[in-house]
Amino acid sequence: MFRDAWLVAAKDLRIELRSRIGLNQIAPFALLVLILFAFALDPDSGVLDKATPGLFWVAVLFCGLLAIQRSFAVEAADDNRDALRLSGLAPGGIFLGKALAVCLELLALEVVLGFGVVLLYSTHASGWGLLVTTCLAATAGIGAAGTLYGVLAAGLRVRETLLPLLLLPVLAPVLIASTRAFEAARDGNPGQGWPWVGLLALFAVAYTVIGAVGFGSLLEDS
Amino acid sequence: MTSTDAPAGTGSTGTRVLGLVTLAALALGAYLALVASPPDENMGDAVRLLYLHVPIVTMAYVGCGLCTLGSALYLWKRSEWWDVTAAVSAELALVFTALTLVTGMIWGKPTWGTYWVWDPRLTSTAMLGLLLLGYAAIRRMPSEPVVRARRTAIVGLLLVPNVYIVNRSVTWWRSLHQGTTIGLQPKIHDLMFFTLMFDLLVGALVFTWLLIHRWRLAWLEHELELNELDDAIAARRAEAGAHPGVPPTPPRIGVPTTEPTT
Repeated sequence: MFRDAWLVAAKDLRIELRSRIGLNQIAPFALLVLILFAFALDPDSGVLDKATPGLFWVAVLFCGLLAIQRSFAVEAADDNRDALRLSGLAPGGIFLGKALAVCLELLALEVVLGFGVVLLYSTHASGWGLLVTTCLAATAGIGAAGTLYGVLAAGLRVRETLLPLLLLPVLAPVLIASTRAFEAARDGNPGQGWPWVGLLALFAVAYTVIGAVGFGSLLEDS
Repeated sequence: MTSTDAPAGTGSTGTRVLGLVTLAALALGAYLALVASPPDENMGDAVRLLYLHVPIVTMAYVGCGLCTLGSALYLWKRSEWWDVTAAVSAELALVFTALTLVTGMIWGKPTWGTYWVWDPRLTSTAMLGLLLLGYAAIRRMPSEPVVRARRTAIVGLLLVPNVYIVNRSVTWWRSLHQGTTIGLQPKIHDLMFFTLMFDLLVGALVFTWLLIHRWRLAWLEHELELNELDDAIAARRAEAGAHPGVPPTPPRIGVPTTEPTT
């Protein structure tokens, strides 16, 4: 199963590297969101600085939606989904592979966004251990839940509008927990942040298990 | 266009009796809540809204529980009965959640001075409503009945766990900012307690009555969906039979037409 996962992840990442959709469209969109936040919240009033952790994670969620939709759009073209079904790969492996590819893309985006907030919002990053662990746990949760709900919406004509409605309420706890953990790191008391990382890890594990078990029957239908 | 053995309505003797009992109980419940029970020491007459609000929110939770239970049993037994049960429970849960928010906000205005506070309970109820809207949206997507049933069953199965996770995280989030949540007064008058219990029973009656009717309607829709093609073919054949000069038109779905190609 893990070999299958690696094959699918490598395939998705290779497509992304060659098509450069992530680099040319999603990353610039992420930076655009950061700039729009600055327009909406006056940079001189200090609100932007206070709200940075939340804005960072809202931007990650928006980009995550795009990455997940993209992850299933590449399977929709030329009936690739049928090829995937017929390939004999373990469905759990396909799920893990697609989730892993989305996670790696999002982690790269988080690096870009991280530089963005440091440069544009003059944020001082501190508590690196907590920051990195939060990113890893939250991204794993977004990738796993996103891939599960992504395949639910895949194949429907209205998937672009349906996926945000299905996925964002489910990801609300991830937004709360990752924002609180980042705030704890920024305020210099990482002790308050670690319980939130625990919640994120629990979320990621739960959705990874559910997705790996339930993905097969959903892929059949889509 | 309908099956010959389809009933004309969703009522039966049982539901009519249940309906009458529910109506009588509603009248008695309203009398107890609005007239017989005393006003609260702190909340005054605003407490009377809670006799409506608490049964509604309880039934919203019952609906969510039924939806998840029905979804799990559908995935296990693959029975359409459970699929329909899960779908109609979620629909009722959505209606009751919306009513919970409306009655809660009306109660909040005189009690807290504002319609909305970022209280864990309010926030997670709003998130519950959004999760149910997502379920309703995917339920309404046109697709094969079996495909739709399986997709919605996964969303329904995750409904209660998601509500739980959202509720825990929101509670935890707010507990960092404010002390305690505003709740019911622990000391409660005997008649007030009886009124609340009685109105909970009334809420359960209303919910059951609605559930039975909605379930029967959904089942009829389900049968119509299954028989639609057969009925359409039968109608076309009957139409052709009524005009003997015209050869019967073959059904077009999945069957090659006999029209000459040029």
